[in-house]
Amino acid sequence: MSIAGLIERVGAFVLDGITDLGDFVLFLIYSLLFIFLPPYKPRLWIRQIRIIGAESIVLIGLIGAFTGMVLGLQGYNTLDRFGAAGALGTLVALALVRELGPVLAALMVAARAGSAMAAELGSMQATEQVDALTVMAINPVQYLVAPRMLAGIVSFPLLTTIFDVIGIYGGFLVGVGLMGASKGPYFSGIASNMDSHDVAIGLWKSFVFGVIVMWVCCYKGYNAQRMATGVSRATTEAVVLSSVLILAFDYIIGAILL
Amino acid sequence: MATNATTSNGLRPNEIEVRDLCRRFGRQEVLQHLDLGIPRGQITTIVGPSGCGKTVLLKHLNLLLRPDSGAITIDGVEVTRLGNRALDAVREKFGMLFQAGALFDSMTVYDNIAFPLVEKTNLKHDEIAERVHETLAAVGLDGMEGKFPSEMSGGMQKRAALARALVRRPKILMLDEPTTGLDPTRTGAIHELIRTTQQNFGLTVVMVSHDVPAVFAISDRVAFLNHGQTHLHGTVDEVMAAEDAVFKRFLAGRAAGDDDGASLAG
Repeated sequence: MSIAGLIERVGAFVLDGITDLGDFVLFLIYSLLFIFLPPYKPRLWIRQIRIIGAESIVLIGLIGAFTGMVLGLQGYNTLDRFGAAGALGTLVALALVRELGPVLAALMVAARAGSAMAAELGSMQATEQVDALTVMAINPVQYLVAPRMLAGIVSFPLLTTIFDVIGIYGGFLVGVGLMGASKGPYFSGIASNMDSHDVAIGLWKSFVFGVIVMWVCCYKGYNAQRMATGVSRATTEAVVLSSVLILAFDYIIGAILL
Repeated sequence: MATNATTSNGLRPNEIEVRDLCRRFGRQEVLQHLDLGIPRGQITTIVGPSGCGKTVLLKHLNLLLRPDSGAITIDGVEVTRLGNRALDAVREKFGMLFQAGALFDSMTVYDNIAFPLVEKTNLKHDEIAERVHETLAAVGLDGMEGKFPSEMSGGMQKRAALARALVRRPKILMLDEPTTGLDPTRTGAIHELIRTTQQNFGLTVVMVSHDVPAVFAISDRVAFLNHGQTHLHGTVDEVMAAEDAVFKRFLAGRAAGDDDGASLAG
């Protein structure tokens, strides 16, 4: 390959990358903007909140309970070696509220609702249903994506809160109920060592993760190649990219709001 | 900007006018200075070998794609440089039947057909219901309101999709391969339905079809595309009588079931 050919290919690769990134960012801006622009569709908002939020509650509750139980078990075991078993409640609550609650809840919703969303939008694209909306003079991003974005923003903090509360009781069940830690210090430790800043960090994270999961999953589905393999690839990429971004932004937000 | 003269009754003879249309995808020039006039109140069928630009042309006519250069005039309005809001106003003039039907699979037939009315008009609930039942009856689907698309045959899905395209009473109907995937009996029934619908509603119909030469029986005019250009265009009789080697080879290939998609050399 000649030098000119090589430069041309590298240039095309870079230009494609910049174009894709621009499309990706514009997609987020439009998705957020259309939440505030009429016509408003409360019926669609409620439907998406049900699908993304309400239908995830059982899964989030289960994962929250088991996560809290593991924290109770391992936390008691470790703290007891240093004679600090009384700090178990604080450990469990801080770990859940600041880190594990937002991250695990977001990963679970990305796997459950995000993948389904990418597959649904990809399938709609492949069967020309998205084109049908455009031809009917209905903006597909406003009709399909904005309600999901809003539902994600509303649902993620609520799901994270449910995760945290159930997790704290899961830790209590194992740490106090099974391992024998003292009942009083578990909740009093939480009350005295945790403040609103810790809760705010968790809620900010869940808000950002909600935007990320909806953005990535809707973008991947909406731009899926119009074939069966395109839909399956979009679904996989949606979950993988969402998960990576959740963990990356967990660190970034944690570092900023520390 | 109007590109053609008006007739004595003040109407332009062509509902849709395409002038010097060019569109490139990467290095592939799909439409190459294409010209075409679609007359008002007639069925114009666009045919040609796979890859000749039929579907890309239709996606420009229904405003899903924008050309690199050239002009498209729909009902006297030059649409290629319009903004999104003005484009939506033009889109209200036409209905579109997609190749796969494009019915919303999470909705019943009733909801699918009512959808454009619910979203884009201020009609009351009972007015919408009346219009939906009337349109379903026109395509022979009365009584199917509660079915989901997945519960219907391919032919019935096409009928329901046609009903959705017609429910807002458009002036122009665009059809992309309306009989793909149907057996010969259902193909004939859909062709007949298209002809009847066009006559009953006085529509201008633009249809892309592979179903050659059967589709000529319901067409008024035929446009034969090759290599992204209008190779032949005229009434069915004119096109069939043309001594054109490329078109004859295309017809012979279709009759022999040649569907390999190669464009025909000029």
